[in-house]
Amino acid sequence: MALLDVQNLQTHFRTPEGVNRAVDGVSFHVDEGETLAIVGESGCGKSVTSMSLMRLIPEPPGKIAGSIRFQGKNLLQLSEHEMRAIRGNDISMIFQEPMTSLNPVLTVGRQIGETLRMHQGLDKQAALARAVEMLALVGIPEPARRVREYPHQLSGGMRQRVMIAIALACNPKLLIADEPTTALDVTIQAQILQLMLDLKRRVGAAIVLITHDLGVVAEIAERVMVMYAGRKVEEAPVAELFRSPRHPYTQGLLGALPRLGSSLTGAARRLAEIPGQVPSLKQRIEGCVFVGRCPIATDLCREFAPGLEEKTPRHFTACHYASKGAAAA
Amino acid sequence: MTVSTANTARLPADLVVAPQLPDLLPSVKVRRGVLGFLRNHPTVAIGCTLLLCLILVGIFAPYLGTVDPTALAPAKRTRAPSADFWFGTDALGRDIYSRVLYGARVSLTVGLSVALCASLAGLAIGLVSGFVRWADGIVMRFMDGLMSIPPILLAVALMALTRGSVGNVILAITVAEIPRVSRLVRGVVLSLREQPYVDAAVASGTRTPMIILRHILPNTVAPMLVQATYICASAMIVESILSFIGAGTPPTIPSWGNIMAEGRALWQVKPFIVFFPAAFLSVTVLAVNLLGDGLRDALDPRMAKGL
Amino acid sequence: MSALLQVNDLKKHFPVRGGLFSRTTNWVYAVDGVSFEVERGETLSLVGESGCGKSTVGRAILRLFDITAGQVVLDGQRIDDLSPGALRSMRRRVQVVFQDPFSSLNPRMRVRDILAEPIRNFGLAKSSAELEARVAALMDTVRLPHDALNRRPHEFSGGQRQRIGIARALAAEPELIVCDEAVSALDVSVKAQIINLLQDLQQEFGLALLFISHDLAIVEHMTRRVAVMYLGKIVEMAPRRQIFTAPKHPYTKALLSAVPLPEPGADRNPIILKGDVPSPINPPSGCRFHTRCPFVFARCRTEEPMLRSAGDGEWVACHLESLPEVPGPLGDPRVRRN
Repeated sequence: MALLDVQNLQTHFRTPEGVNRAVDGVSFHVDEGETLAIVGESGCGKSVTSMSLMRLIPEPPGKIAGSIRFQGKNLLQLSEHEMRAIRGNDISMIFQEPMTSLNPVLTVGRQIGETLRMHQGLDKQAALARAVEMLALVGIPEPARRVREYPHQLSGGMRQRVMIAIALACNPKLLIADEPTTALDVTIQAQILQLMLDLKRRVGAAIVLITHDLGVVAEIAERVMVMYAGRKVEEAPVAELFRSPRHPYTQGLLGALPRLGSSLTGAARRLAEIPGQVPSLKQRIEGCVFVGRCPIATDLCREFAPGLEEKTPRHFTACHYASKGAAAA
Repeated sequence: MTVSTANTARLPADLVVAPQLPDLLPSVKVRRGVLGFLRNHPTVAIGCTLLLCLILVGIFAPYLGTVDPTALAPAKRTRAPSADFWFGTDALGRDIYSRVLYGARVSLTVGLSVALCASLAGLAIGLVSGFVRWADGIVMRFMDGLMSIPPILLAVALMALTRGSVGNVILAITVAEIPRVSRLVRGVVLSLREQPYVDAAVASGTRTPMIILRHILPNTVAPMLVQATYICASAMIVESILSFIGAGTPPTIPSWGNIMAEGRALWQVKPFIVFFPAAFLSVTVLAVNLLGDGLRDALDPRMAKGL
Repeated sequence: MSALLQVNDLKKHFPVRGGLFSRTTNWVYAVDGVSFEVERGETLSLVGESGCGKSTVGRAILRLFDITAGQVVLDGQRIDDLSPGALRSMRRRVQVVFQDPFSSLNPRMRVRDILAEPIRNFGLAKSSAELEARVAALMDTVRLPHDALNRRPHEFSGGQRQRIGIARALAAEPELIVCDEAVSALDVSVKAQIINLLQDLQQEFGLALLFISHDLAIVEHMTRRVAVMYLGKIVEMAPRRQIFTAPKHPYTKALLSAVPLPEPGADRNPIILKGDVPSPINPPSGCRFHTRCPFVFARCRTEEPMLRSAGDGEWVACHLESLPEVPGPLGDPRVRRN
């Protein structure tokens, strides 16, 4: 059985300009110890998906439907009280902005200890000792001194390490990382990615990585799911997806990416473009969500939304025209 | 998989169609224009309506069944509210209903004038302070000094130096309110100056006066409007307090503060003398504050798109 | 013919104010001695991590503030010491496109007025009919529909706003555009549109671009020459091919190797730098990179390396380069790409 099994997740919001169908019928699963990346551009619903998993969507103005089964339990049917026992304990989350996600008036040690005392009933001494351990685990030098410091005394990279320490403190089974390295500089990002790869081996938690950076995806994900305009358009093992993307959107995305090394290979001087804009989610989209920007769209696509189809083993694509079997260009 | 039979004929047999999922929320009617704005922000609508009513009451006081608010009638002193005297009469037999309605004129005049004058003066000082580096320190320390004196005390002191009149009350309260506005404007100006569009305007050769006029001023309007409502509310309260302690509007002019001051001695036996002006004052201040809170939420920079 | 833009030993130190009357208590050495040239019609990229001073250099060239020391020479004329009046005519020749497509346009102005502002300021249109024609032509240039002219910025998507920003820069008919992270805030598919647009416009109008970015893949795609900055100084400057195939400075090597590649299973061997970028308030002595450099030796801590020529238009500021025959300590980071 999968650790996390999401079926037909829908998250809609009421806004003065209309109902925003931020996530509209997304299904996926995460196995134990696996790393699934959810990629897509801003507004594709990837962050709303992660917030929905944690039930962090305020209702109203939001509304969630579908099912989110974690270890067999449907999280959408739990009470807020039961949910609180899961958040930060079985499922924890790392956010993009380490400065605003940490409480500025509490020491780092207190913040790590807080979750431990709440979820695992450790006393003050034990929680502090474990906090020092956690800081050492995430590679912070002089952990015994650092536990007594406040977030503003730490650099951006250090704060993200602390965030990871808090998230891992209770040995979660599932870690949701929402753009964990987006706010960081590239040399610091390299440090954090290295750390995440290292911890993945040592801690063994499953990871749902939300990101827009295909480089980061290639670095640490095992399976990738591509989202567009609130729907899932493609899912495949990471190597397969980058080698032979089948959905026109994924193909366009990979083609539009400037590559490091282009001056060496003498690659084309022009990037491929995906023409047009992401459609408004405030109107109901009957057919395929990508139809307005797709080079191969037909009337069929405008009328019927394509379902996910397993075109080759473990490679799912929601496109009427993605060929089966041998990979397309 | 819910493909209607009429269409399936011309479809490929193995077409995979995504499951149709229902909308979770009822569709939202998008409202536009001023009315739509008011519907989306009910606090603004309520505040606006209340305030508008009070302004109309003030303007049309002579036609709303009032008598001369200063006419003495010693024979009809301290009558309780009745069909003849809706709000009763005071110690000198004057009709409280008439006095309260005419009193709205004083309160609203003071409130709105102070809001206008303090905003304009604060805007000027704040702009200078935000744009002229060397003046900033001096102006702001002076404003800090002014702010360290409680506004009521400052107004009382200023009133003590002058003759009691509505104009002087407005002046005194305006002086007391200016520091807060100029601080706010200065803050807004400093943050607007950092906006990339201001830099881009500088790079495209726009002169400083035009930068202020075209890029800075229009963007200070929203926070100023909100601040102005709070000033208006506070000015009306201060005016009443000044009148109440006899340092404000001359007693010959009916103002809510004056009426309450005169009814003070009879509070325990004839509470209605104080009650009606107090109730009107509360409702007016509430209306202005509702308007201010609603505007603040509606004009929040993230939501300010529509305006 | 001389270079279009020459920057000589540019310094910009920002005061850190504190105390009762805002006395200066300290200095941020944001840019501390930077020199480079931009030729007509070429693209020079300034790359580096946040706080390296690359944006400050761009703003100094735009004269958005007075510089602390050094010279900015545009087409043979110094512009760093011009009076505001004399500067105005020079401003037309250097324009800017900013990163954030949401804060770089005045939310209360219509697109028409945003585009007309520079045209009016520099007197580029003789009549209102000509002004109108110019504004319409700008919309064509950046491929936006004419009916967009009467709308306000909030009605557009990020990519469209960035097109408006580019149109505003073009309105002044500049010779150099400073692109300060101009595509960093955009999504991949829109980013490609804007990059292509910038390249087309550069061709069409013979524009020089100063392309400030932290995204090395885009820099490699866009540029002819690259200057790598670290803590207010240029550590390496070279034609694109040298920088991306055979970087010489240890920081450039680390920076390049740290970029995650969109190629799963690529045989990467990133150089992970220890620690964080030091504060520009108290920059390290000697070589500013010595606190994180994997090859640091005694001389680096005391003596600051000068930017010196390494042949072929390549400039490096590293003591390793002045040692005879240094074997590439970690080898060429590009070699791993087989």
